[in-house]
Amino acid sequence: MDAVFLTFILMLSIFLGFELINKVPATLHTPLMSGANAISGITVVGAIALAGTGKHDLANWLGAGAVALASINVVGGYMVTDRMLAMFKKKEG
Amino acid sequence: MSSGALLIQLAYVVSAALFIFGLKLLGSAATARRGNTLSSLGMLLAIIAALLDQGIVEYQWIIAGFLVGGVIGAGVARMVQMTSMPEMVALYNGFGGMASLLVGAAALDSSAGTFTLVTIVLSILIGGVTFTGSIVAWGKLSETFGSGAVQFGGQQIVNSLIVLAVLASGVMFCLQPDNPQWLILMIGLSLLFGVMAVIPIGGADMPVVISLLNSYSGLAACAAGFAVNNNILIVAGSLVGASGIILTQIMCKAMNRSLSHVLFSGFASVSSEEPVVEGEIKPISVEDAYYVLEAASNVAIIPGYGMAVAQAQHVVKELTELLEKNGAEVNFGIHPVAGRMPGHMNVLLAEADVPYDQLLEMDDINPRMETVDVAIVIGANDVVNPAAREVESSPIYGMPVINVDMARTVFVLKRAMASGFAGIENPLFYKDNTRMLFGDAKESIGGLVRELGNG
Repeated sequence: MDAVFLTFILMLSIFLGFELINKVPATLHTPLMSGANAISGITVVGAIALAGTGKHDLANWLGAGAVALASINVVGGYMVTDRMLAMFKKKEG
Repeated sequence: MSSGALLIQLAYVVSAALFIFGLKLLGSAATARRGNTLSSLGMLLAIIAALLDQGIVEYQWIIAGFLVGGVIGAGVARMVQMTSMPEMVALYNGFGGMASLLVGAAALDSSAGTFTLVTIVLSILIGGVTFTGSIVAWGKLSETFGSGAVQFGGQQIVNSLIVLAVLASGVMFCLQPDNPQWLILMIGLSLLFGVMAVIPIGGADMPVVISLLNSYSGLAACAAGFAVNNNILIVAGSLVGASGIILTQIMCKAMNRSLSHVLFSGFASVSSEEPVVEGEIKPISVEDAYYVLEAASNVAIIPGYGMAVAQAQHVVKELTELLEKNGAEVNFGIHPVAGRMPGHMNVLLAEADVPYDQLLEMDDINPRMETVDVAIVIGANDVVNPAAREVESSPIYGMPVINVDMARTVFVLKRAMASGFAGIENPLFYKDNTRMLFGDAKESIGGLVRELGNG
């Protein structure tokens, strides 16, 4: 049942994603991609539980590595996207 | 479900809503920054919720990971030049893929059922391909490895064999999850496949490749979400996956090529005969260009990656201001694949304070091209190549281009006579209404700015 439930979520999110992203204008495609980089850092949420088991086995170290890599994406992705979007200005007057 | 676990799940629901709303606000340049902030709050909430998980008994490795990743991420985000955004996005795609591979591998335990095993295989496969594929893409974009397509005889057969081997090792892993050699073999083959899949793709196709890898990094997060049974990974991962797929489609359409054509055949293999180019090249001096520009009332500027390389975007902005002061209307025509990633030119011009409503998409500027007095092409080549309309044997025939040759006069700013990133001859340079302004784009435009400033 779990598998079906998760697949259901997957299907709905993909359709939602298509609807949302189709409305993003071409001028914002670079910030969209770097913002997507940041969102794909969501793996950090899965990695946290693995890095905190306290077992000090291989899975633990892999989890800690994943936390580090995914945090690069989260922190770097959101910061650079914000830096870019701050530069987009409308013509005055 | 305990009340703690329920709270965590509810937090994930809120964070998914924040991601969705953030992306919705990205639909307009006026609200985009707020959207990004909302999305980052969603991420913060998801991370806090994950930290409250009952299964966590020690925090030092989590904190160490955060610190290492956060410092690197923040440092890069502050330092990176806007010119280098494609490389940065390529690298980040790779990190996302690797993180999902690690999570997938770490999610393996003796109690895993077949469904979980299959999703572990998927997160390792997609994550691994994304990682090495992105590293190769990064190398090509930063010209660390050279940007050309690497092709050899029997390449497709070799690649098909690798795919079969990956699938076989994946099946064996699902049948014998306790035997680590299948897992290691599968990781190795996935990493190898990522390299093999990207090396045959030429530099000009990089906008497609990084869009596609962007999508893969999301799908890898999705697969990892299935492996560790986590909703928010699936929702966020599929939003990213969908975004990358849409951008990939837009890029392919802008190059008039199908995705399979981009992935399986470089430009080089298509072209055989040289198009016959008639006419001669007519160079122009900065001074003469100034006289033409001074009389122009409608100017269109078409930037390409060469503008970024010459770091000319700031002088271009100065030129724009002077021309407007002189009474001319100035617009920018942005081709979807100008630059090396979707929207690259827009960011570079935004950095130079060019307002975004002055940047027109190809379909908006083309109908007005006949009323344009002077079209200035700065470091763009293939995206303004009329061969795409006229020369059937040209490898880019059928690709939509910005029709600068319809303008009364065209100035092409170019370092020297050489074909573009894609290596295709451009008949535009030989047209009667084309004038070539040779030299470094920044210096040439600087010269025009001085002349206009004095005049």
